[in-house]
Amino acid sequence: MRHGLALVLGLLASAGAMGQADYYDLAPRQVAANTYVLLGAQENFSFENHGAISNTGFIVTDDGVVVIDTGPSRLYGEAMRAAIADVTDQPVVQVYITHAHPDHFLGSNAFEDVPIAALPQTTEAIREIGTDLASNLYNLVGSAMRGTTAVVPTAKADTEHRVAFGAHELELIAARGHTAGDLMVFDHSTGVLFAGDIAFHGRAPTTPNADIAAWHETLAATQQRDFKTLVPGHGPVVEGGEALAQTADYLTWLVQGFEQAAARGASAAEVMFMPLPDRWAALAVEPGEYRRSVSHLYPAIERAALEGDDTP
Amino acid sequence: MRALSLIAGVVFAALLVQSAVVAAAAVPDDPLASSQWRYMARKYFRDAPVVFDERVQVIAPDYAEDSLNTPVQVSAPELEGVEQVLVFADMSPITKVLDYYPIKARPSIGFSFKVQQATPIRAAMRTADGTWHVGGTWVDAQGGGCTAPSVASANPIWETRLGETEARVWPRANGESRLKFRVVHPMDTGLAAGIPEFFITEVAIRDADGETLARVEPYEPVSENPVITLDLDVRGPLTLAGRDNNGNRFEASVAPSGS
Repeated sequence: MRHGLALVLGLLASAGAMGQADYYDLAPRQVAANTYVLLGAQENFSFENHGAISNTGFIVTDDGVVVIDTGPSRLYGEAMRAAIADVTDQPVVQVYITHAHPDHFLGSNAFEDVPIAALPQTTEAIREIGTDLASNLYNLVGSAMRGTTAVVPTAKADTEHRVAFGAHELELIAARGHTAGDLMVFDHSTGVLFAGDIAFHGRAPTTPNADIAAWHETLAATQQRDFKTLVPGHGPVVEGGEALAQTADYLTWLVQGFEQAAARGASAAEVMFMPLPDRWAALAVEPGEYRRSVSHLYPAIERAALEGDDTP
Repeated sequence: MRALSLIAGVVFAALLVQSAVVAAAAVPDDPLASSQWRYMARKYFRDAPVVFDERVQVIAPDYAEDSLNTPVQVSAPELEGVEQVLVFADMSPITKVLDYYPIKARPSIGFSFKVQQATPIRAAMRTADGTWHVGGTWVDAQGGGCTAPSVASANPIWETRLGETEARVWPRANGESRLKFRVVHPMDTGLAAGIPEFFITEVAIRDADGETLARVEPYEPVSENPVITLDLDVRGPLTLAGRDNNGNRFEASVAPSGS
């Protein structure tokens, strides 16, 4: 009897371990000297992708490993640490969180022994609604979220001075537009810019907390910087500013389309079901992301059209 | 005696079965496979004939990004003689969302509503022969739409703007027009703790002669500060006259813009 129970427990334990290992298959891809990216799926949250839909990255330096974003869950964070340990014996010494969206910071449980820095707006948002974001993500991706809680960043990212880690000189750029606080990490020694969700590439940008005008300003200013390689928050790593241009073009099209629809009296549901031009229909997560953006952005635009007479 | 009651029981059971069969034949199977469909049909259509009709179009997102404001557009360009449009959501704590009487108007209405949980959103259109023509679609949601307090309930300054109405008319082809209007109103459902139900019960749209062109009767699930879009058979200056369940009245005038 006791043997039987032990056997059952053993099976359960191994099934649990296998399940856990299956959640995240993280393969760091080197994009520059000492610089690695873990690419997320070009999808919306699902039980199948376990929430791993955004890119995370890390830089291996002689002073330790710098991590940029921690992914969607504790288990992702743990898998990310294991993947880092496969690449280097250096310890993780610093985490930067680009912004307060759940796919980017909810892996921080696995990095609670390390300083976690972010912009003040990001820290504030995580403190305010981090727990809601985590429980919301539980509903969307399921058991991969177990043990995940919202870890509030412990430090303010130093955006005043360049920060040196070994031979890597990092500039921490305070921006906004995608959210109220968008941190970008620019490694001047490799020319790699971790742009966070300021840049989407091949995937429709998300707008739940967006300030479109501010986002455009950030995109234009970033385009002027002398980076070589850009790591977008979503989508493949790319040389040059293509992802910035694509994001700007999409946002321009999105808002102009909403303004034109509002000017002719379209209802929000009608706008949601307007056909997308081929260029944007081809992006990942369309038309779903476009429809979400109608919910985020159309009410204010629709109201402006009701108040003011904008008939040509 | 015992045998008699047994026979009576069997006969009664047979009658029950028979009436169940008759009732089942009257209500068609639900293409949306909702567990509440038969209950909804009995509640809203009673003995009237009901058909699912592809001409009744309901468009809404398959997922409620904002559970307090989920857009829906109902229309039936191919269906003639619609006298009433009933919009309801099977799984909502308050299933009736809106009634619309398109008198000199198309059976077409756009607005947003609150979604508490995954639910079908349906439009039933009653034609002159008394038949209900039904269309619908599923909307999934995380919840919290109907039991969440309105923004206004936490912000007393909004009371000074209660009933404030903005409206605009766009001329359409064939002398028709599109009307869109927004009314400042909390549309409280009564399901949030301590906040009683408080919602617009009627908006009548009239022409310059005072003739009613269309009448909207919203219920609690319609979103706060509702924005409602209608398609009228005519164009011209309009008045909107509304009231809520507390007896507040509001009115607005609007003339077609541009042309």
